Amino acid sequence: MDLISSLLRRPDAASVLSLVGVLAFYMLFGGVDLGRFAAAGSWVNFAANLGIVALPVGLLMIAGEIDISIGAMIPAGSMTTAILSGYYGLPIWVGMAAALALGVLVGLVNGLLTVRTTVPSLIITLGTLVAMQGVVLSASELLTGNSSVGVKAPEWAKVLFGQLIGGSHQVIIVWWLILTAFFAYVLQETRFGNWIYAMGGDKESARNAGIPTQRLTIALFVLSATCASFVGMCQAILFNSAQVSGGMGFIFNAIVSVVVGGVLLTGGFGSVLGIFFGTVTFAVVIQGIYFTSIDRNWSNLIIGLVLLIAVAMNESFRKLALSYVPRKGNKAVNV
Amino acid sequence: MSEKIPVLELQRVDKSFGPIEVLNEVSLKVNAGEVLCLLGDNGAGKSTLIKTLAGVHKPTRGKILMDGQEVAFAGPRDAAGRGIATVHQFGGTFPLMSIGRSFFVGVEPTKGWGPFKRFDRKKANEIAVKAVQDFGITRIDDGERLVGGLSGGERQSLAIARAVHFGARVLILDEPTAALGVKQASHVLRIVNETKRRGLAVIFITHQVMHAMAVGDHFAVLIRGAIAADFRKGEKTREEITDLMAGGETMAQLEANVEGNT
Repeated sequence: MDLISSLLRRPDAASVLSLVGVLAFYMLFGGVDLGRFAAAGSWVNFAANLGIVALPVGLLMIAGEIDISIGAMIPAGSMTTAILSGYYGLPIWVGMAAALALGVLVGLVNGLLTVRTTVPSLIITLGTLVAMQGVVLSASELLTGNSSVGVKAPEWAKVLFGQLIGGSHQVIIVWWLILTAFFAYVLQETRFGNWIYAMGGDKESARNAGIPTQRLTIALFVLSATCASFVGMCQAILFNSAQVSGGMGFIFNAIVSVVVGGVLLTGGFGSVLGIFFGTVTFAVVIQGIYFTSIDRNWSNLIIGLVLLIAVAMNESFRKLALSYVPRKGNKAVNV
Repeated sequence: MSEKIPVLELQRVDKSFGPIEVLNEVSLKVNAGEVLCLLGDNGAGKSTLIKTLAGVHKPTRGKILMDGQEVAFAGPRDAAGRGIATVHQFGGTFPLMSIGRSFFVGVEPTKGWGPFKRFDRKKANEIAVKAVQDFGITRIDDGERLVGGLSGGERQSLAIARAVHFGARVLILDEPTAALGVKQASHVLRIVNETKRRGLAVIFITHQVMHAMAVGDHFAVLIRGAIAADFRKGEKTREEITDLMAGGETMAQLEANVEGNT
């Protein structure tokens, strides 16, 4: 009982339960063969692409901010790579570096505007989202006269960023796992993690406690925009082409993953493990439905229900965590 | 009584925001090991005074002295660095953080080296729990508990213990008992006494005369931004202070309760 209750008090409890619930539902009512499903690449690929964006967005949400400009940064990253290294024939590393640099730049703009003004970051990043869409479309039409550009990556870039392992699993999965471990380490094990929680709890007090809240906010925005352009860059290398459109779906998908993962929308509470499982849950619902006998048009209904149920669970688990009092003599530190 | 040099002193401090004068020639001093009670109804200028003491506002005119030396606080961090700690009404401001995490916000203990320097949560939990238990709050024994799950009195105690642990010399308590029940309030008052015993200068802001009388050595009544009365313990009766202030009807009952606990 003690073990169960201590597991439920974790911010990631609801996401794990959601995942188990969705899998059970698909197996019972959709006739999913779990072995075949586990071996499939489709949902893991989907989760990896989404997860790399959801992780930094989740960190931002824990810190009390949000970034929706990621929706434009994914095509921006892939188009930058394709235009420079494909259309202009520059070495691939130039296109890749430029894509990541563009992420850093837009992240800096988002971060600076957020800390310098009192405008909510939702509105600021809505502005940069729309603006970057315009920039990408115009630049593409102006420079190449086309809204879709091809790119041929050399072998080493393919191996690192755009190969299919075993013919089905994108190599970006490895990057996703590495980044998950990295972000989990930062949030749970370093001082920066404590600062992120404190900032999301009360920005004013965090600043008074000596935390460089402005620099940290800017760094988190740089991280999210750069991760988004990284995903775009990998897609361009994988598919040998880039399109101006696409990426908008990532905005809501990432937010749903993060919220199902137990992050409090108003900040101050959440975990990387939760975001990870939230992303997996989302991917399993969307891609897993193809393995079932259920009509795929229902998948959005399931997503909506999962979101609502997960939020309700998060709410009650958080109450549980707040009201938790260790039993007398359990593990008292005697002084 | 010998002339001690006050830890913190205000000399004829004025503070105005544009044409609006909020503080008018406020002079105060507080010695180490003493509790100065600042009484005043809502709107009397208490929060402006606290913010001036904590370095948030700069006085328009007048001087702030620490240990007899004139100081000008560059900001709240500067004031905190000089040993002035403010604890607000609701104590811990990070309800969803654990006791150990919130105790060390900004000053996390680390282990390891270089890029592998890790936040030592075990040590943080142990120190935080010990610090608050030293103040007699033995019910807090797990540093992983969330601050939001503590009672109002426990939260105040944790915040005070934190300030003391990090070497505060002047502790400003902003209405620490306002939101608490009688029993919880007496816990906090007991901790105020303990803080005083450890040699800190305490500025205790309240509008509850009974709480002030239970711990105060020195009293100042603030009305419309000016010090209306300034007296020491025993110089005025409860009724007289009550006359200066509003409220205080259940004083006798509460005082008995506090006496019982000290």
